[in-house]
Formats: sequence, C-alpha cells, structure tokens
Amino acid sequence: MGLEQFKNRNVGTQEYRVLDLQESPKTPMAKFVQVAKRTFKGELFVGLGVTVREMFNALFRGQMHTVKYPLEKLPISPRYRAIHEMLRLLESGHYRCIGCGLCEKICISNCITMETRYDENQRKEVSEYTINFGRCIFCGYCAEVCPELAIVHGPRYETASEQRASFSLFEDMLTPIDKLSLQQEYDGFGSVSPNADENIKKTPLAY
Amino acid sequence: METTTLIGQLPEVTAAGVAIKAILILAIISAIAGFGTYLERKVLAFMQRRLGPTHVGPYGLLQIAADGIKLFTKEDIVPQHANSLIFKVAPVITAATAFIALAGVPVFPDFTIPEFVPVLGGTFVPSIASDVNVGILFVIGMMAAGLYGPLLAGMAQANKWGIIGAARTAIQFLSYEVVTGLSLLAPIMLVGSLSLIDFNEAQSGGFTSWFIWQQPVAFVLFLIAGFAETNRTPFDLLEHEAEVISGYATEYSGMRWGMFFIGEYANMITISILAAVVFLGGYNDFGFIAGWIMILLKVAFFFFLMLWVRAAWPHVRPDQLMWLCWKVLMPIAVINVVVTGIVMMV
Ligand code: SF4
Ligand code: SF4
Repeated sequence: MGLEQFKNRNVGTQEYRVLDLQESPKTPMAKFVQVAKRTFKGELFVGLGVTVREMFNALFRGQMHTVKYPLEKLPISPRYRAIHEMLRLLESGHYRCIGCGLCEKICISNCITMETRYDENQRKEVSEYTINFGRCIFCGYCAEVCPELAIVHGPRYETASEQRASFSLFEDMLTPIDKLSLQQEYDGFGSVSPNADENIKKTPLAY
Repeated sequence: METTTLIGQLPEVTAAGVAIKAILILAIISAIAGFGTYLERKVLAFMQRRLGPTHVGPYGLLQIAADGIKLFTKEDIVPQHANSLIFKVAPVITAATAFIALAGVPVFPDFTIPEFVPVLGGTFVPSIASDVNVGILFVIGMMAAGLYGPLLAGMAQANKWGIIGAARTAIQFLSYEVVTGLSLLAPIMLVGSLSLIDFNEAQSGGFTSWFIWQQPVAFVLFLIAGFAETNRTPFDLLEHEAEVISGYATEYSGMRWGMFFIGEYANMITISILAAVVFLGGYNDFGFIAGWIMILLKVAFFFFLMLWVRAAWPHVRPDQLMWLCWKVLMPIAVINVVVTGIVMMV
C-alpha cells in the first residue's frame, strides 16, 4: 500500500457520485407498486451476492482488510507528528542543534526547556534539552521554526511507557552515534518543502 | 400406516434409549450452539473482510472455551427492582423450550449401542427422541412457547429497554406465528400427517419429490417466518443493539445471558432441521450420499443462510414486520393453502 491515498487532500478530484433518490410514493397504490417492484426486482439477492463475493475476495484473493496491529503496521504519512527526533550532522556526527532557542521560544505550551553555554572553543553548546511530553500538543511549531532541521517529528507513534521521561531527554531523542549511517533525512514536518526552489523569490529591496 | 410398519422393522425404543438420546441432544446441541457463535463471528467477519477471532487456539477455535469460562465465572447480577423469581426463570424457559422442541425432530441417525458396552449394551437409540404423531405441531408449539422467555425477562427486569424488548417480543410473536402455521399447512395437507417421519417418507422419491418444487411459496413463507421465529437479522427486533441496547437481555449477565443464546442457537438448528425435513427431502439418501450426511449438509446450509442474511440485509422496523406478516405474507399463505386444496380436490 502506498502513501498516495493518505496524502491526497484534494476532495474535488475524488470520485463522488450523487445518488439517484426518487420521491417516496404518496398514494397507497403507488406504495403498493413500489413494494411489488422491490420484491420482484431481486435487490435482496444482489445484497447476498455482494457479501458472498467479498467473502471470496477476502479469503482467496488476499483482500482481507484486517491489520494484525502489533505484528503488522500500516505506513503513516510523512507529515504525521509523533515523538520528536534530534538529528545529527552526517559529516561530523555532531548534533545539529545550534542552541538558538527558537524552538523554546515558539513552543505554545511552553514545554521545551533548554540551557546553553559556551564550550572551550567559545562555541555554543546545548547542556540541557528536554521536552515535557505531558504538555506537548504535537503542534509541530518547533520543527517548523528550527533553522537547522535539527528537531523534527519522527514516525514513532507508540508512546506508551512507564515513565514519560523515557522519551524526553536530549540523548533519547538524538540519533545514536552508531546509527548515524541509518539516519534518514526527514521529509515530513519541519523539512524543506519539495518545491522550495520555486518558492524562493528575490528579496524586494524597495521597501 | 407407513409409520407403524417402519417402526415395526426397527428395534424397540426403550426408555433407556430415549434417555440416552436426550442426554446426547443436550450435550451435542449445546456444544454446537457454542460452536455456532464461533461460526457466526467467523463468517460475518469474512463477509466484512475481517479475520474474526484468531488468537485463542488455532484459528481462534478455543474462543468458545474462553467465552464459556467468562460466562460461567461472571457475577450473576439481579437488578434491585426486578422481580427476581421471574427474572431468574425466564432464561431457563428459553433454553428449556428450545431443547424440548429438539425432542420432536430427527437429530443424528439412529444407532444401537454395541453389545460389549456394560449395562447399556444393545440399547437402541432412536433418531427422534419422541416420535409423537403431531411432531410438527409439537415443535412449532414449543418454539412459540419459548418466546415467553424474552417476554417475561423483558418485563421482569425493571428496565425500559427490557420493556421495549418485551413489547417487541409480543408484536413479533403475534405476527409471524400465523404465517408459520399457515405456510406449513399446505405441505401438511399434501402429506396428510403431522409426523415428521411421514414427511420424510413422502419425499423419499429422490430430488424431484422434494416439497420445495410443489410448494415453493410455502417454503419461502416458512423461511421468512423461521427467521422471525429465531429472531435472526431481518427481524431481530427483540435485541437490536442500535435501538434498544440489548432489548430483553439488557440486564442479564453471565450464564443467564448465555442461556438465552444457547436457546437462540438451538432454535436456529431446530428451524433448519424443520425446513430440511419438510421441504428439502429430509434425511433420505441422495444418490450416493448417505441420508445423515444429507441432513447435516442441509442444516449447515440453512445455518449459513442465516449468517449470510445477517451480513447482507438491514433489519425491519416492528411496524414493518407487522405490516409484512399480516398484510402480505398471511394473504399469500391463505391463497397458497386454498390453491393447494383445489389442486388436491381436482
Ligand atoms: S510540538 Fe508544539 S508543543 Fe510540542 S514541543 Fe514542539 S512546539 Fe512545543
Ligand atoms: S530551533 Fe533547532 S537549532 Fe534552535 S535550539 Fe531548537 S532545536 Fe536547536
């Protein structure tokens, strides 16, 4: 199953049909005629046919719809906003976050807490970074505002846990250093849109 | 006449044989009724492209055992304002009448217990527990009496959904019972007997002698009335969840609720057997297929039909059911009886 059907929000292009609803009969005779027509038209058997056809489709043509959830999972849209991930730079392996504080500032439920300091090279270093997932509403503003594509929303939607602290520390969200080669550039929420080039305009100077 | 000669050929039916038969029916039909719930869930699931129960046992087969454990160990609640005696008796009425009705229909082939079995060796176990000469009347009457279960249960439980369920029981009972009787009247006229064995004999001439060819209208009417009798989907007014929560069974829990359902499934089996014996040639041999396999196949077909219809069709309103039974089916049934009579006279 592809992702197209999840991405298509354009209602107008989907196949909608207006049902051919007739007026309900008024006179007793018209009612009788309708009942007789419906009785002998065999519509009931069409219904039986549909159900048994679906049964054969499901059993023998692999059209069973059930997803055995913990064993099988449906793909989710890349724009799904689940637990955050902090990405690393691919070349150096250093975390991407530059400690600008924009995400902390924009977060509308005030759940990002961060502290920064200068390291020995006078570069900014993130010393504390936590997200309080008890308050996060998964709005995605933090991912959108981040200038470095450092914080993104990952696809991890199974968030049942004994302690919510299991997710919320910087180290938990950061890509593990040994899994750096597996780090995927996230094309979902917070990433550059695919047609970003077209959207770039010259800065108008004549304000 | 034929009946007496037939029974004359067979070994004598003793009280022990009937008792064994009764125990067999109780044990096996309750088990099949349990298995029926599994089948129903599976078939309905497949028709909706779902899997149904899969996790308990292979293919979910042990789901029945899990359900049984649940039903038996659940707390037995009697609501505070309910009439507790009637509340407790009502499920028993449904289950008991369903099994009593099964006493009058042929279930499983007859056999003789081999001689080497101690005590019971040589006992002949009949196919019908009690071959009363008004067989059909007895079965239909017993199934009709079974409707007292939902009626009393609904009224005794001090619950508005229960009351509505009970009222609907009365409506349904008043509607379909006429049709059942009248639709069966035409085949009864043809056979000239009420005994199910006579029905079976009358259709022993192979495929073409089945009564469905002579009495197609009566067959359809009986089937419709049978669905109403077992309160299956197009007519499941008594306990339609979307409208009356669970109708007469709203306040029931545990095994009392389970008894209603064993009764319902036993009734489904009874109606299937009746339809098979009266209209589809009963347990006569069919070509090379033995008679007892034939009746199993036919019963299985009717059982499947009930599940199939449940998956496919919406259910009707109570007023529509009354309209259908009194204004459409009953006149057709009467005309059918009159036409049958005229054809027989000419
Ligand atoms: S998703 Fe929204 S609420 Fe959650 S941390 Fe980001 S900005 Fe805050
Ligand atoms: S907006 Fe991005 S770079 Fe700035 S502090 Fe937040 S995560 Fe780090």
